[in-house]
Amino acid sequence: MSINSHYPQAEDFRHALNARYRAASIWQALFLSALLIAIISLLALIYNVLDGAFGFVAFDYKNDPAAYTSTPMSELTQKELAAILKDNLSSGAYNKLEKEQPLEKRSQAELYTLFLERLVELDTKNTWSMTESLLHENEIRAEVARKYPTAKLEFRSWLTPQFLVTPMSSKAEFAGVRTAILGSLWLVGIAILFALPIGTGAAIYLQEYAPKNFLTSIIQTNINNLSGVPSIVYGMLGLAVFVRVMEPLTSGSVFGVTDANGRTVLSAGLTMGILVLPLIIINAQEAIKAVPDSLRQAAYGVGATRWQTVWHHVLPNALPGILTGTILSISRALGETAPLIVVGASTFISMDPDSPFSKFTALPIQIYQWTTRAQSEFHAIAAGAIVVLLILLLTLNATAILLRNRFQRRW
Amino acid sequence: MNLKSAEARKFRQFDLKKKFRISESIIQASLFFAGILSIFITIAIVYELGKEAMLFFNDPDVTLGKFLGTTKWQPGIGQYGIWALVSATLVTSFIAMVISLPLGLASAIYLSEYASSKARSILKPVLEILAGIPTVVYGYFALLFVTPILKSIFGDQIQVYNMLSAGLVMGIMILPLISSMSEDALSAVPRSLREAAYAMGATKVETSLQVVLPAALSGIGAALIVGISRAVGETMIVAVAAGSGPNFTFDPFKAAETMTGHIARISGGDLSYNSIDYTSLFAIAMMLFLLTLVLNLISQQIVNRFRERYE
Repeated sequence: MSINSHYPQAEDFRHALNARYRAASIWQALFLSALLIAIISLLALIYNVLDGAFGFVAFDYKNDPAAYTSTPMSELTQKELAAILKDNLSSGAYNKLEKEQPLEKRSQAELYTLFLERLVELDTKNTWSMTESLLHENEIRAEVARKYPTAKLEFRSWLTPQFLVTPMSSKAEFAGVRTAILGSLWLVGIAILFALPIGTGAAIYLQEYAPKNFLTSIIQTNINNLSGVPSIVYGMLGLAVFVRVMEPLTSGSVFGVTDANGRTVLSAGLTMGILVLPLIIINAQEAIKAVPDSLRQAAYGVGATRWQTVWHHVLPNALPGILTGTILSISRALGETAPLIVVGASTFISMDPDSPFSKFTALPIQIYQWTTRAQSEFHAIAAGAIVVLLILLLTLNATAILLRNRFQRRW
Repeated sequence: MNLKSAEARKFRQFDLKKKFRISESIIQASLFFAGILSIFITIAIVYELGKEAMLFFNDPDVTLGKFLGTTKWQPGIGQYGIWALVSATLVTSFIAMVISLPLGLASAIYLSEYASSKARSILKPVLEILAGIPTVVYGYFALLFVTPILKSIFGDQIQVYNMLSAGLVMGIMILPLISSMSEDALSAVPRSLREAAYAMGATKVETSLQVVLPAALSGIGAALIVGISRAVGETMIVAVAAGSGPNFTFDPFKAAETMTGHIARISGGDLSYNSIDYTSLFAIAMMLFLLTLVLNLISQQIVNRFRERYE
């Protein structure tokens, strides 16, 4: 009796219970809405990028194309274009182009770009995002007619096959990401060449050899901490060590390369290698840990040495896990920007990197450069470059997941 | 006698003692070197950053009073007030945590306590994709999507470059980290605790919030600390969207430069070694390194203690 009197009875009880159920559903809705916010943010980001990569562009020709040829511009052939360029370019500019690659050997599209860039001097007046272009087409047409009477309006995709294969240019309409993609590949290649053997070696040491002592626990803690160091700090380390102290080596001057300082793709690649090293070690350790002990015992039982056991039994079974970790590290290295800025990526470069001692740029650097420009056409090509980068990363991560699912063994 | 020595020799052939193999020791030594390299990297970071930072602090013009006591940062003309940069780092990190902690925690509770395995298999990859997007892309998103939205809400009160937009987007970036670390902490809470709560007649929410959450609090604390360290070290979002130029202000509508953003902007230009501008960057980087190191160590300590309790 006395206990019951403290608790709600009958009607009151049902009231209290209903209130609790109501609270429960409200809370559940709140929890779910947090996830929905995350999903909406992701969709908004993807929409934002795609929205920027397509849309109307208003442009004008500084010089009338009719002054160069009587053929309509869309019907110019490769031969005609080569002839026009030869007749109208200054001899210095023409010889420079010929030296890079003879005009006869260049494609029609390439010559057409040159024609627009050097002779007609295409001039972008304004650009609009995809949504604006689709929803307010008439307003845009009216605005263009009013503000730029001679300009033409065209719906264009900033992401074209041409965009992938043309080098950097000071004009957004003619810029491409070729140099940036090649730079990124060089970077990632050097980073992995450095970090994969050392990282795997460190993981093998820690899992298979290391005694349980103070030094080992220091190494382990240290690796976990290194993975949490901000990437810009690695950039500062790279600047101080690779760019400055090791300049003779990283600039290539000990190998007879003279026209470079320490701000080369080698320095950046090594910096990136150090940055992904903890990641590779931790992933490889997990993969090695997952190999069952019975395999090792069996190898020891038939008289294998420790290294034979590791090389013939542990490593082959841990390989898919190590590879997955490597791919994840590659995608981390592809997206990192801050250390590259610090180590000194070139902001404007149109030469392909051809050796470890080349100056370089990289995809995220280009995105950063273009995003921070004021003109809207640069934002549009930044969006195009982001699409390229995201597709690259998505492909890599999908490969990693497939690899994991395909080869992951359950012991 | 003869027989005995012959027998002994035969025995020695099957000596079971561990043989010394030179190649094995070489391999072991090089593996050890690979393992110890990470220590060298840490030493190199501390040494290089410390060396240049010492050069900065040893400059007769730089005093600790100026460094910590004033609010203007322009080493080129003798202004060394680090608060001009720290204030922006504090504001953007605070906004990021205000966004990412509740959202990350709520989504972790949903994923670990509510979601069916099928829902999890759809929802988890979304968070993983968010976590894998390069920060420079978030910077683009902040400047060209979030800032225009904020502009249309607040009008001219808010500057084109502002800390609010950078902080908000940083919060979205850190959300997956908080969520996955909190989820680990929540799912490490033993089932028996939940069953006990249900047996007492508690609803699912009551169980989650009043039983499971308190039990996982230390793990969530670790997630919070790692999140803060990530926010403090984040560079690209603030470099793109928060503005360039040190500015001592706590107003999120204003443009200001964080410690990381400042390093990125100054080192991006042509910088002559041995100038005060150059060494000052290392002083800032040293502060960043020590700060994130302490935060990470604390969080690891928490996670380790937490693990021991339930195993």
